[in-house]
Amino acid sequence: MISVQDIHKSFGTLEVIKGVSFDVAKGEVVCIIGPSGSGKSTILRCINGLETYNRGAILVEGTKVDPTDRSIIETRTQVSMVFQRFNLFPHRTAIENVMEGPVYVKGIKRNEARDQAAALLEKVGLGDKCDSHPGQLSGGQQQRVAIARALAMQPKAILFDEPTSALDPELVGEVLSVMRDVAAEGMTMVVVTHEMGFARAVADRVLFLESGTIVEQGPPKDLLRDPQHPRTKDFLHRVIHPME
Amino acid sequence: MTGFLAGAADYLPILMEGVVLTLVVTLFSVMISTGLGFVWAIMTWSRIPVLVWISRTFITVIRGIPIIVQLFYIYFVMPDIGINLTAVQAGIIGLGIAYSAYQAENFRAGIEAIDRGQIEAAHSIGMTDWLVMRRVIMPQAVRIVLPPFGNTIIMMLKDSSLVSTITVAELTRQGQLIAASTFDNMTVFTLVALIYLALSLPLTFLTRHLERRYSQS
Repeated sequence: MISVQDIHKSFGTLEVIKGVSFDVAKGEVVCIIGPSGSGKSTILRCINGLETYNRGAILVEGTKVDPTDRSIIETRTQVSMVFQRFNLFPHRTAIENVMEGPVYVKGIKRNEARDQAAALLEKVGLGDKCDSHPGQLSGGQQQRVAIARALAMQPKAILFDEPTSALDPELVGEVLSVMRDVAAEGMTMVVVTHEMGFARAVADRVLFLESGTIVEQGPPKDLLRDPQHPRTKDFLHRVIHPME
Repeated sequence: MTGFLAGAADYLPILMEGVVLTLVVTLFSVMISTGLGFVWAIMTWSRIPVLVWISRTFITVIRGIPIIVQLFYIYFVMPDIGINLTAVQAGIIGLGIAYSAYQAENFRAGIEAIDRGQIEAAHSIGMTDWLVMRRVIMPQAVRIVLPPFGNTIIMMLKDSSLVSTITVAELTRQGQLIAASTFDNMTVFTLVALIYLALSLPLTFLTRHLERRYSQS
């Protein structure tokens, strides 16, 4: 469903992605882990066409992702994104945030979109917050609204860019559990995360990325419990035992 | 005081003719400056190098030249290259262009105040640039831009007096003409000042009201 083929990306003279390839099958949950600056978020942003890439190709359902082409609109309606900092529209209520894409991009009738949005907010546990503005919601609630906004597009896949990194620790759980529910319904997901517990429980496959290349990949039970590559071992050791 | 009132009764009908022209010049130049200013702001925001260069250069040049000189240029120099405008047309276009540079900076500030992340989020649900502008940026930018926009309109109302220098018989010019023929400077210019104040006060109050309203949300 998503095919990343040997992409390279530079910011100026700094090459941040140095030939990354992977495929994501329909219904698969892929977690990307790795140190800061390894290019994890950049890959997601390339899949969504928020960044250009210099070489290689990204295909979504066989269509090349090209941010400079009109086809990018169609690609983005098929692949939604959830951001680290939620990026809700602060001048609109929770339900309006969720309705925005269906009404203005897909041209669905307002009433229909409102019913659908209310159902989605109910599903992420915010049925009583429909008319709240983002400023009145906690970070965890805002991120759940953002997930509902992504789901409202009825995408074929959702990209999560460190969805819990900006949250207070006690709010991480509510967002992860919504993500787990979404995964359980068969949604194709690519998740950049530092939450190893989530990766272990939900991911079908984990990619370890460092310095713009995939160092190691595999099912979470292998990669997280018994990493083969010394750099993966070192990274996981530091994440799991930060004090040593 | 009775002299003032008697004079006022004589002069006011003539001054009111000037007021009409003052309002016409202000209204149309506000429209031009708003439209044009928006265009410059969008060009700057587009990040397309050639458009950015054009708008930045224009704004820099216009802001660096006194408005009165720009008016002289349009009214007295343009005919040499075959562009003949009436004084009112020249005044409206001159003020409109001059103030578009200031409007552009207001609009740019409003547009750039919107967090880039929201724009990315809007793109990520498939919005086109135009939809992003209409649904995400504009509704928020308007709140930010309204107070300085109100101030600009007040300044334009007052600066419409500059077009008196290219023979437009607006309020200031009418005042000068009456004063020159009656030597009643005190009455005439007091009246002119009061009329400007009366015209600008509602705008001032409106601007303050908007500032209060939008600083709360």
